[in-house]
Amino acid sequence: MLSVKDLSVMFQTRRGAVDAVRGVSFEVAKGEILGIVGESGSGKSVTSYALMRILDAGGTIKAGEVNYSGIDLRRAAERDIRDIRGREISMIFQNPRAALNPIRKVGHQIEDVLRQHARATRYDARDKAIAAMEAVKIKDAADRYNAYPFELSGGMCQRIVCAIALACDPRLLIADEPTTGLDITTQKAVMDLVRDLIRARDMSSILITHDLGLAAQYCDRLIVMKDGLIVEKGDPVQIFSQPTHPYSRKLVDATPRSGASVRDLLPAENRAPAPRILPSGQPLVEVRDLVKTYAGKAGPVQAVKGISFTVNKGQCVGLVGESGCGKSTTSEMLVRLLDATSGQIVFDGQDIAKTPARGFAKDPRRADIQMVFQDATDSLNPRHSARQAIAEPLRRLGRMRGSTLGTRIEELAGLVGLPLSLLDRFPHQLSGGQKARVGIARAVALDPKFLILDEPTAALDVSIQAVVLNLLVDLRAKLGLSYLFVSHDLHVVRLLCDHVIVMKNGEIVEEGPAALVMSQPQNPYTKSLIAAAPKPPERAAVIDQLETTDAQHSAFHDQRAS
Amino acid sequence: MLAAFPRLRAILLRVAQAIPVVIGVVVISFLLTRALPGDPAVYFAGVAADEASIEETRVAMGLDRPLPVQFVHYVGDLMRGDLGQSLSSGRPVATDLANRLPASLELTLTALILAVVIAVPLGVLAATRPGTWVDHLCRVVVTAGVSLPTFFTGILLIYIFYYILGIAPSPLGRLDFIYLSPDHVTGFYLIDAALMGDWETWRGAAKQLILPAATLALFTLAPIARMTRAAMLTALSSDFIRTARAAGLSNRAVLYRYAFRNALLPVVTTLGMVFSFALGANVLVEKVFAWPGIGSYAVEALVVSDYAAVQGFVLAMALLFVALNLVIDLLYTAIDPRIGFDAQ
Amino acid sequence: MSDITPADMPRQSGTLDHVIHVLRANPVTLIAFGMFAFLILSAVIGPAVVPYDPLATNASNALQPPSWAHWFGTDQIGRDVFSRVIVATRLDLTISVAAVAISFVVGSILGCIAGYWGGWPDIILNRFLDTIMAFPLFVLAMGIVAALGNTVENIIYATAIINMPFYARLVRAEVNIRRDAGFVRAAKLAGCSDIRVLATQIFPNALPPMMVQVSLNLGWAILNAAGLSFIGLGVSPPTAEWGIMVAEGANFIVSGEWWLAVFPGLWLMFAVFTFNLLGDGLRDIVDPRKRT
Repeated sequence: MLSVKDLSVMFQTRRGAVDAVRGVSFEVAKGEILGIVGESGSGKSVTSYALMRILDAGGTIKAGEVNYSGIDLRRAAERDIRDIRGREISMIFQNPRAALNPIRKVGHQIEDVLRQHARATRYDARDKAIAAMEAVKIKDAADRYNAYPFELSGGMCQRIVCAIALACDPRLLIADEPTTGLDITTQKAVMDLVRDLIRARDMSSILITHDLGLAAQYCDRLIVMKDGLIVEKGDPVQIFSQPTHPYSRKLVDATPRSGASVRDLLPAENRAPAPRILPSGQPLVEVRDLVKTYAGKAGPVQAVKGISFTVNKGQCVGLVGESGCGKSTTSEMLVRLLDATSGQIVFDGQDIAKTPARGFAKDPRRADIQMVFQDATDSLNPRHSARQAIAEPLRRLGRMRGSTLGTRIEELAGLVGLPLSLLDRFPHQLSGGQKARVGIARAVALDPKFLILDEPTAALDVSIQAVVLNLLVDLRAKLGLSYLFVSHDLHVVRLLCDHVIVMKNGEIVEEGPAALVMSQPQNPYTKSLIAAAPKPPERAAVIDQLETTDAQHSAFHDQRAS
Repeated sequence: MLAAFPRLRAILLRVAQAIPVVIGVVVISFLLTRALPGDPAVYFAGVAADEASIEETRVAMGLDRPLPVQFVHYVGDLMRGDLGQSLSSGRPVATDLANRLPASLELTLTALILAVVIAVPLGVLAATRPGTWVDHLCRVVVTAGVSLPTFFTGILLIYIFYYILGIAPSPLGRLDFIYLSPDHVTGFYLIDAALMGDWETWRGAAKQLILPAATLALFTLAPIARMTRAAMLTALSSDFIRTARAAGLSNRAVLYRYAFRNALLPVVTTLGMVFSFALGANVLVEKVFAWPGIGSYAVEALVVSDYAAVQGFVLAMALLFVALNLVIDLLYTAIDPRIGFDAQ
Repeated sequence: MSDITPADMPRQSGTLDHVIHVLRANPVTLIAFGMFAFLILSAVIGPAVVPYDPLATNASNALQPPSWAHWFGTDQIGRDVFSRVIVATRLDLTISVAAVAISFVVGSILGCIAGYWGGWPDIILNRFLDTIMAFPLFVLAMGIVAALGNTVENIIYATAIINMPFYARLVRAEVNIRRDAGFVRAAKLAGCSDIRVLATQIFPNALPPMMVQVSLNLGWAILNAAGLSFIGLGVSPPTAEWGIMVAEGANFIVSGEWWLAVFPGLWLMFAVFTFNLLGDGLRDIVDPRKRT
C-alpha cells in the first residue's frame, strides 16, 4: 500500500547541509501496523514528515521514491497531496495540547478537516464532527464540541487529535510519538484506542516511537533506525530475541523489562558483576505525617496529605506516582528547598523540618543531603562550564580552593566517567548523558549521606538511561549512599530500589519491598500502573516460541524427507 | 454569581484594575505640579508676574496650605473638570484642551490606521516568504522606522513634497485659509466635511493631513511590522500548524484561520506600546506641521512657561492613554478565549 | 562509554576569540561596531579636531550651502554646521549613556527583588511601573523636565525614569522564570545564599536580552533627548545639540536652506541606527550558547 525506496532527506542549516535521513526503504502493507523505533536524532520523525511532505523549513527530499497506492507522493502537485493528507493518510502527534489550535473550539477544528475534504457541508458539519468525537470514545461529545484545548486534559486532547486524523476515514495513520508526555495510564488508554480503531477500520499504520517495548507490544513489524539509516527490520519477537545489528541489540538490552537486572540493560560485554549492597536496618531519614498545603485560587490545596515513611542507611527507596501525585513536592521538602506545612523530617536523629528552607543553605547538614535533578539541561547554568558547576558546592560548602579544588573536581569526573577534556565545556556543548554525569558529580561532590534522585533519566534516551542507572548503582555501592529515587516508571524503579512507595493524590497507597510490590500489587492503583507499562516480549517466552517453531519446521522437513 | 461567567469576571476585573492606575496618574501629575523647584507660585503666575500676582496665585491655588490639603483640593478640582487657567489664552485649560483634542485625535488615528493597514500585511508577507524582497523590505522599514526621529522625517517630507515637488500644501495647520472650517459635529474635519457633503473642503483637509499622518505612520509602522513578523513566524512554527497541514487544510485556512489569528494576540498587545510612542511623537509632529492639536498647545505653553497648561496636557494625555489601553485589553479578551481561565 | 560526543565540537574558545568569531560571522555586526567606534571617537576627540569653533558667529558668511570650506554649510548666523554636528556628539551620547546607565542599574535591582522574592515588593513595583507606563512616555518626560527645570541633568533623569520600567519588567520576567530552574535549586543545595544565587546564577543569564534592550534604549534615549530639545526643553541655544539644530534649521527648510536641518538630522539618525544594529551583535557576544 505504501512503499518507500531510498528516501533521503536533507536539512539546510546555518552550519551547512545535514543528512537527516539517508536512503531509507520500507513498505507498509494493508492492515499492517509498522513500528519505527529509534532514539533522538535517528531521523524517524523526519521520515514520516517527508512522506506527508510537511518537512520544516529548510528540509528537502533529496532522493528516493514514495509510492502510495500508485500515486507518486514525492512528485505529486501540492494540490493533490493536500487532498491526500487527512483523507488518505493522516497523522497524530506528540504533545497533543500543542498540536491543537489554542484559540479555536475543538469541534470547529474537526469541522475544518471535514469541510476541507468535502465530507461535510455547512449544515451537517456539526453533527459529523460530534460523530467523529464519539468515534474516539469521547463522552458528552456534544458538550466537548465547544471546548477549547486548554479546557481539556492531555489525554482528551490526544483523542481530539485522533478525531481530526480519523474524521475522513483515511487508509493510513501515522502516529508520531503519540503518547510522549502523557501519564502511563493515559498512555495505555490512548494506545489501546488507536489500535482498536485501526483494526476496526482495517487501516494501516506507522507508529513512530523511542520506546522499543511500546512498539513491540502494538506493532506487527518493526524497523530500527539510527542516524538516518535503517539498521534492522523484522517482527518484534524476532528483534527482541535475536537482534542482528549491534545497535538494536543495545536498544533491546537497554529497554527495562520484567526479570532483567540493572546490569542486563548494558551491552553484554560491559556487564561487570553487580555490587552487593546490604542496607543496614538503621533509619537515616524518617518522615512523619508530612503535609504540604498550597494556597490555591479556590481555597487551599493539599499537595501532600500527611505521609510517613523511612529510608534506612544504605537503602534505595523508590517513590512512584503519576504527575500531580505529590512526589516532587515531597522530594523538594526532603531536600530542604521547600518548607513543609506540618510534620517531621528526622535526619540522623534531628528534625530538619524545623530549620526553614531559606536558612538551610548555611546549615551544617546541607552537604549531607543532595539531589540529582530531573532535567540535566535545566539543572546546569548555561553560562557555567562543567568544571564550574562541579566546583560550586566544593567552594561554598567544602571551602576548597586552588589545586585541592582542581584535584577533587578531576577525581569526581573520573568517578562519574566524565572525560577530563570535557570539563571546560559549556552545557550546550555536552550530550544528554554527559550533562547527567556532571549533575551527578556535583551531587556527590561533598560525599552526601542521602541523595534524592528526581527522575534523573526521564529526559534521556534509553541506551543512555541504562548507562546512567548503572552508574548510580555503582556510586551507591562505592560511596555508601542512601537514595530516594523518584520516578513515574515502575520498571526503572524496580531496577534500583529495595523498597517502593506508590503515591496518588498526595497519599501513599502502597509500600513494600520492590519485588513484592511488582509481583503482587495489593492496591488497585498500583495494579493499573503495572498493567499500563508496555510489555515487551519476554526473552524466555520468545525463545520457547522460536524453539517450537523450529521444532515444527524440522518436523515438517522430516515428514517431507521421509 | 460571577464565578459562573469567568470571562465577564475577567472583563470587570480589568476595568477595576484601571482604577489604581488612574489614581497613580493623578498622584504623579499632582507631584509634578508641586515638584517645581523653588516656589511653584512663581511658575504658575507666569514670567510677567509681579509680587502681588504671585501672592494672588499662591492663595488662589491653595499653595500656602499643607501638601495633603492641596492634594484634596487638586482632586476636587479635577472632579469638577477644572485643570486651572491658561495664562497665555486666558481660558480654562480644560476648555482649551477640549477644543484642540479632535485635531490631535484625527491626526493620530489616521496615522495609526495607515500604519496598521501597511504594517500588518507587510509583516505577514515577510514571515511567510522569508528571504524574499518582501522580507528584506520589511527589515529595512523596521530598522529605518525605529531610527528616524519623527520631527526630522516631517521636515524632510516638507522639503521634498512642499519645497522641491510643490505638490503638498504649506505645512501650516489643518486647513488652508481659503477654506472655511466645516461645522463642528465631531471635530474631525474629514468626517464633518463629509457630513456636510462639502467635498472641496474634505479634499483640502485631506491634503493637509496626509504629510503629518504619513510622518507619524512611518514611525509607528516599525514596531507593528516587527511584531507581526515575529508573531507570525512563531505561530507558523507551532505544532498546531503541522497538525493543520497534516490534515490537508488549504494554505489559506492554515495561514489565516490558524496562524494569523494566533499571531494577532501579541500584535494587539504591542499596540499599547505603539499608542504610547504615537501620542509622544504626536507632540513633535504637531510642532513641525503647526497642527493645532493639544501637543502644539503644550509646546506653545512651554515656551511661555504656562505650567498649568502643560500639566493639564500631561494629565489629559495620560488619561487618554489609560482609556486606550483599556480598550486594547478588552479587545484582547474578546479574541483570546483563555482569558479568565487558569491554565491547566 | 556509550555517550556520543559530537565529533565536530572544538574546545571552548576564549572570550576574545569568541568576539572575533561573532564579528567575522556577521559582517553587519562588524559594521555596527565600526560605526560605534566612530561615534565614540567623535565624542572624545571631536571638539579638539573640528575646523571651526562651534559657537563662533560670522554674519557675513551666513546661510552658505555646503562647500569645501564648510562641508555642511553655515547656519543663519554663520556658524559652521559640520563643527557643530561633530561637537554635539559628546553631549548627546553623554545624555543617553548616563540615562541608560541609571535605568539599567535601578531597573535591575528593582526587577531582581520583585522577580526573585515576589510577594508585596512585587505588587508594589508592578503598581508603580503601571503608573509610569500609564503615561505616554515622551509626554511624561516633557512633564518631568517642565516640572524639574530646564537642565541637561533633568533630561537625563527624565529619560532614565521613562526607560526604567522596561529594564525592571525585563529583569523581573527573566529572574522569575529562572527562580525555580534546576540550576538555581542546585546552587542552593551547593550552599549559595539567595543573594549569591541571584548575583551569580540568575542575573548573568538575564544579560543577553538586557544587552539588546540597552542598545535599543541608547537609540531611544538619544531620540528622546533630541525630541525634548526640539520642543525647547532641556538643552538651550547656543549649545550645539542635534535636536536644537534641527529645530532651528526647520525654519529655513521652507525657503530651501536644507543643510541646516538635514545634516544634524542625518547624524542623529546615524547614531540611533548604530545602536539599533549593535543590539543583535551584542546579544551574540554575551550569549554563551553562540560559542562553539
